Amino acid sequence: MSGTLAPAPAVVHADLGSERPEQLDTDRIRQDFPVLQQRVHGHPLVYLDNAATAQKPQVVIDAVSRFYSHENANIHRGVHYLSGQASAAYDLAREKVARFINARAPHEVVFTRGTTDSINLVAQSFGRSFLKAGDEILISRMEHHSNIVPWQLLCEQTGAVLRAAPLSSTGELDLDAFQELLSDRTRLIALVHLSNALGTINPIKQITSWAREREVPVLVDAAQSAPHLGVDVQDLDCDFLAFSGHKLYGPTGVGVLYGRESLLERMPPHQGGGGMIATVTLERSTWAPLPAKFEAGTPMIAQALGLGAAVDYVSGVGLSAIAAWEQQLLDYATDLLTRIEGCRLIGTARDKASVLSFVMDGVHPHDVGTILDCAGVAIRAGHHCAQPTMQHFGIPATARASFAFYNTKREIETLAETLRTVKRMFQ
Amino acid sequence: MGSLASLYQDLILDHNRTPRNYRSMEDANRKAEGHNPLCGDKLTLWLRMEGDVIEDAAFQGSGCAISRASASLMTVAVKGKSRSQAEDLVERFRRLVTGALEPGEVPELGKLAAFAGVAEFPLRVKCASLSWHALRAALDQPEAIVSTE
Repeated sequence: MSGTLAPAPAVVHADLGSERPEQLDTDRIRQDFPVLQQRVHGHPLVYLDNAATAQKPQVVIDAVSRFYSHENANIHRGVHYLSGQASAAYDLAREKVARFINARAPHEVVFTRGTTDSINLVAQSFGRSFLKAGDEILISRMEHHSNIVPWQLLCEQTGAVLRAAPLSSTGELDLDAFQELLSDRTRLIALVHLSNALGTINPIKQITSWAREREVPVLVDAAQSAPHLGVDVQDLDCDFLAFSGHKLYGPTGVGVLYGRESLLERMPPHQGGGGMIATVTLERSTWAPLPAKFEAGTPMIAQALGLGAAVDYVSGVGLSAIAAWEQQLLDYATDLLTRIEGCRLIGTARDKASVLSFVMDGVHPHDVGTILDCAGVAIRAGHHCAQPTMQHFGIPATARASFAFYNTKREIETLAETLRTVKRMFQ
Repeated sequence: MGSLASLYQDLILDHNRTPRNYRSMEDANRKAEGHNPLCGDKLTLWLRMEGDVIEDAAFQGSGCAISRASASLMTVAVKGKSRSQAEDLVERFRRLVTGALEPGEVPELGKLAAFAGVAEFPLRVKCASLSWHALRAALDQPEAIVSTE
């Protein structure tokens, strides 16, 4: 992974001989995030809505600002100085992302608007080209709507059929049922790596090994796993992988589709326009090589540069250190919330990360959210764009705290203390 | 941002815990479904109109304390009201929760005045308004589906 442009890692190691995992210096890390320095409703902001979007370190804000202040030009067009600089910076951002996810080559990384855009690209390009009536797409019942609705649209267009593997009562994927649903008709598997609603980590390597036997491509929704677990596309052995910049401490408006080169080469463009062509006549056009073939129009240049800076920053802290600290936060929060009578966790899979969904007896999640907000604690309340997951648990909504490496145990305590206030109010 | 006490008044918490008129209605002649797609709140409202008068009102659904208490107090408030009185109440309630009602008019709303605190929580106005959207729809047509969006 790239760490050459990153700040020195803010990691301190526990005493030798201790079995405690490495600790992050959150005091120092938090200074990198200007948003975290404020008070909300008279209280220090406790930002626990990281699964919705993560906050941005100053280096990311500076990268975007510097581009517009000093470097702005369109890319791959002009012969002038600034255009050359902007083109090189954009290409470098792609190389950083490619290293971050261990892609074989930078041209396997397509910049998109985000996870949703990436999945829609695969549905409309790969799906419409290679799926026909009766073919099946296999997903799970813990998908975000962005990994359901694009396939429903594709099914309407092609006559393909969407299958969804069931979950256990703890919110784990039912692997036996998944294997049964994986059939000769399956043409694509699309699966979330880390569930945004439950925190469940799915065994992607197991899935890709089954898929490989049947030569079924696998798309991984890595919106949550890219920032919280880290992803290695070669190790996962996936064919497509989608994630968003803004959940990875980068800007909104930029995301990534990783695609295996052999598949991307076979896929037609999903959009036409400038930048994605080799030649155009009024009769027909030919396509630019990867990845430009899938990047019609002027791309999100500043945002891609910001994402490059975010990747550097995250790599500098280190994903193993991030994951280890977030696991401590999750374990601590799980422990504290389990002690609150009437508070029930939704999603208790053995392998979980960074997300804690819960409901409280007799209190709707929105009321929980408002009362927490009054104490400066930002969480998400609702269905988390995962209504089928909510239906599996027979509930309309949950409250969800989701953690990032800048969160502290003290913040988890504030969450738990305020939940006791909620309980008292609604007794 | 107002105080939590102004939002979660005892009357609202009471109607959340034990909502009034929380039942389906066999002999209803008006029915409307309200849906808040952003948060997933759902509600069905039934009315029995005799001539121009709301003889009975009932609701069922899932939602937060604000939306549930609002629906409960609404069904209590509109029983026995004429259509035009109910429509007037819909409009005054809308102005109450958006902070547009003159202070002098608030007491005229009786128990519904408990929702004045919602105006300080703009994100929760939709919760308080869902059942009232459904009421207006039910008054307009026998079967209706409304959304807060």
